[in-house]
Amino acid sequence: MLEKALTGSNRYYGCVAILLALFGMGVYFYLHELEFGLAVTGMSRDVSWGLYISQFTFLVGIAASAVMVVLPYYLHDYKAFGRITVLGEFLAIAAVAMCVTFIFVNLGQPARVFYVMIHPSFTSVLFWDMVVISVYLVLNVITGWTVLGSVREGVPPPAWVKPFIYISIPWAVSIHTVTAFIYAGMPGRSFWLTAIMAPRFLAAAFASGPALLILLCFVLRRYGGFDAGKQAIDALAKIVTYSFIATIFFVVVELWTVFYSQVPDDMEHYRFLFVGLEGYNTVARFMNVAVISAAVALVLLFNPRTRKKESFLTAACILVFISLWIEKGLGLLVTGFVPSPLGHITRYTPTWPEAAIAIGVWSMGFLIITVLYKIFLSVRESAELPEDMPEKPAAEMSVSS
Amino acid sequence: MIIAGLSALGAASPPLTRLIAKEKEPSRAAYPGAPGGGPALRAKRWAMVVDAKKCIDDCKDCMAACHYVHNVPAIGNPKHEVKWIWPERFENIFPEESHAHIPDAMGKQLMPVLCNHCDNPPCVRVCPTGATFRREDGIVMMDSHRCIGCKICMAACPFGARSINFMDPRPFIRKLNLDFPTRTKGVVEKCNFCEERLARGLLPACVMACEQKALVFGDVEDPNSKVRQMLEKKFSIRRRPELGTNPQVYYIL
Repeated sequence: MLEKALTGSNRYYGCVAILLALFGMGVYFYLHELEFGLAVTGMSRDVSWGLYISQFTFLVGIAASAVMVVLPYYLHDYKAFGRITVLGEFLAIAAVAMCVTFIFVNLGQPARVFYVMIHPSFTSVLFWDMVVISVYLVLNVITGWTVLGSVREGVPPPAWVKPFIYISIPWAVSIHTVTAFIYAGMPGRSFWLTAIMAPRFLAAAFASGPALLILLCFVLRRYGGFDAGKQAIDALAKIVTYSFIATIFFVVVELWTVFYSQVPDDMEHYRFLFVGLEGYNTVARFMNVAVISAAVALVLLFNPRTRKKESFLTAACILVFISLWIEKGLGLLVTGFVPSPLGHITRYTPTWPEAAIAIGVWSMGFLIITVLYKIFLSVRESAELPEDMPEKPAAEMSVSS
Repeated sequence: MIIAGLSALGAASPPLTRLIAKEKEPSRAAYPGAPGGGPALRAKRWAMVVDAKKCIDDCKDCMAACHYVHNVPAIGNPKHEVKWIWPERFENIFPEESHAHIPDAMGKQLMPVLCNHCDNPPCVRVCPTGATFRREDGIVMMDSHRCIGCKICMAACPFGARSINFMDPRPFIRKLNLDFPTRTKGVVEKCNFCEERLARGLLPACVMACEQKALVFGDVEDPNSKVRQMLEKKFSIRRRPELGTNPQVYYIL
C-alpha cells in the first residue's frame, strides 16, 4: 500500500514538497542546536523546559484522541465512524511521531537517548511515558494498517487485529494520563501539583483531537474526494462540544480552588497565567486570546444550529484548537516555572532556531498525515467505490494504478 | 509560534552582578591536600549547617572555592548559568518565613543555597536513567556520563539547585582544576557535597574556604558531630520542609 504515496496529483506533490522543505529547515536548525547545545533555544536555568516539551504535551493529547473514533465504532458499533477510524489512527501515528521527536530535540545529550532503555528507572514517569507512547505507536500502526489493508481487499478486518484495537482504547487514555503524571507528581511546582491534571488533559485532548480530525475531514472532502459523512461529522462535533465544556469546567474548578483558598503560592502562578507578573505578561496576552477563542467556540458549539452549520463548525474547531494549543501548548508549561522556586521571574521567549525546529517537527507530523491520508484515499479509490462516494472530486487526486 | 523580540538577556539583579564581578579566584594552595589527603571521611548521613548570622553579605569565598575545585564554568548570562552554591536573599530562600515586618536587613540578607541532598529526593525519583542517585550516606550524586539532558530533574527539584550545561562549559572555566573532571554540554550538574574530597579525607571546599566558619559539615546521625551539636543547641530551619523531601542543609538564623 505504501507505493500509493509515490504517485499523486500536483497538489499532493506540492504539499509534500513544502512540508519536506519546512522539515529540512527544522533539521538544519537542529544541527545547529546539536553543535552549540541548548543555548540556541530560549530555555534557561529557571525555565528549563520550553516549546519542545509543551508541544509534546499538547500532541500526546492529539494522539490519545484517536480513541474518540475507535471507541464508539468498535465498542458501541457506531457505524458512522466506520469510515474514519483509520483516519483517527493515522492521525495518532503522526502525533506520536511528533511527540517522540519533540522529546528527542529537547535532550541535551540526544546520542544517549537509548539509555532510557538500557538503564531504565522504574520510578521515573518519563520512563513509563516512553513505554506507553512507544506501545501506542505500535498499536496504531498495526491496527490502522491492517484495517486499511482489509478495506483494499474489500473484506472485514481479520479477527486477530481486534485485541489490538481493544487494547488501544484504554492505552490511549494511559498515554495522556502518564504524561499528566509527569507534571502532577512534582512536589515543588504547585501549579502542576493537582489531581485534576490528568482528567483535564484528557478532556482537552478529546476536544482538540476531534476538532483537528473534523478539519482534516473537511480538507479531505474538498481536495481528496472523501466524504466522512454528515453523521460522523455531527457526532465528532458533539464529542468536541462536550469535551470542551468538560475542559472549561475543569479549569474553572481549578481556578475556584486556588482563588477561594487563597494560598499565595498557588495564586501567584495563576496571576502570571492570566495577568502576568512584574510586567512579564506575554503568556497572559496569549491566554487572553485563548479565553476569547474559547468563549466564542463555546457559543458556536453549544448552539446546535451553529454547530450543524459547516462554516460555523469549521470556525469553532479552529478556535478550539487555538485556545487549547495556547492553554496546553504554552501556558501550562511556562507557568509552572514562573515564578521559580526561589521566587524569581525569568522570561521565556522561544528563539528563532527553536521555533524553526518546532515548525520542522510539526511539518514532519503533517507530512506523515499527508502521506498516510493519501494512501488511505488511494486505497479506498482503487478498492470498490462505496455508493456514497462523490465522483467529481476524485479527479483531483489521480489514482496510481 | 514566536513570542517576538529577544528578552533582556543580561538582566541579572545588580547586586548579584556586582558579586559575580567581585568574585576572586582562589589559589590552589588555599585548598590543601589535592590530590593525596588522608583516609576517607565516612558518615551515616552527611549534612550541612549554614550559620547564617556569621555569613557576610559581600563574601563569596565558599562559592569561589566550590566553583574552582569543581570546574564550574563562569557563564555571565544568568539564563545559562551553572551554579553549585550561590547567594540568595532570605526572603527568596524562605518566602514562607518572611513578612512585612521582619528587619529589612534580615529579609535582604544574602546567604548561600545549594543542593539540599534530600533524604527523599524528587530528582532521583523522576530521573529516567538513574543518572542522579542517592548514596547510602545521603549524598545525592550526578553521573554526568549517564545524563541524557532531559531536564526533568530540574523541573522536579523544589529548590532550583540544578543547572544544565546549555553550551560547552570548558571555554568558560576560569582556571582549570585538573583534579576534577569537566563536563560536556547538555548534562545536568549540581553540588555533590564534595564527595571527591570526602573520599580523600577532606571537608567540602566551601566549608574549608569560609573564614567565618558559617558552614559546618558532618554526620547528622552521629550525636557527637558538630552539626548535630549545633542543631541541638540552636533553632534551625530548612527550605520547604512541608514538601517531604527532608532536606539536609539546615539554616540557623
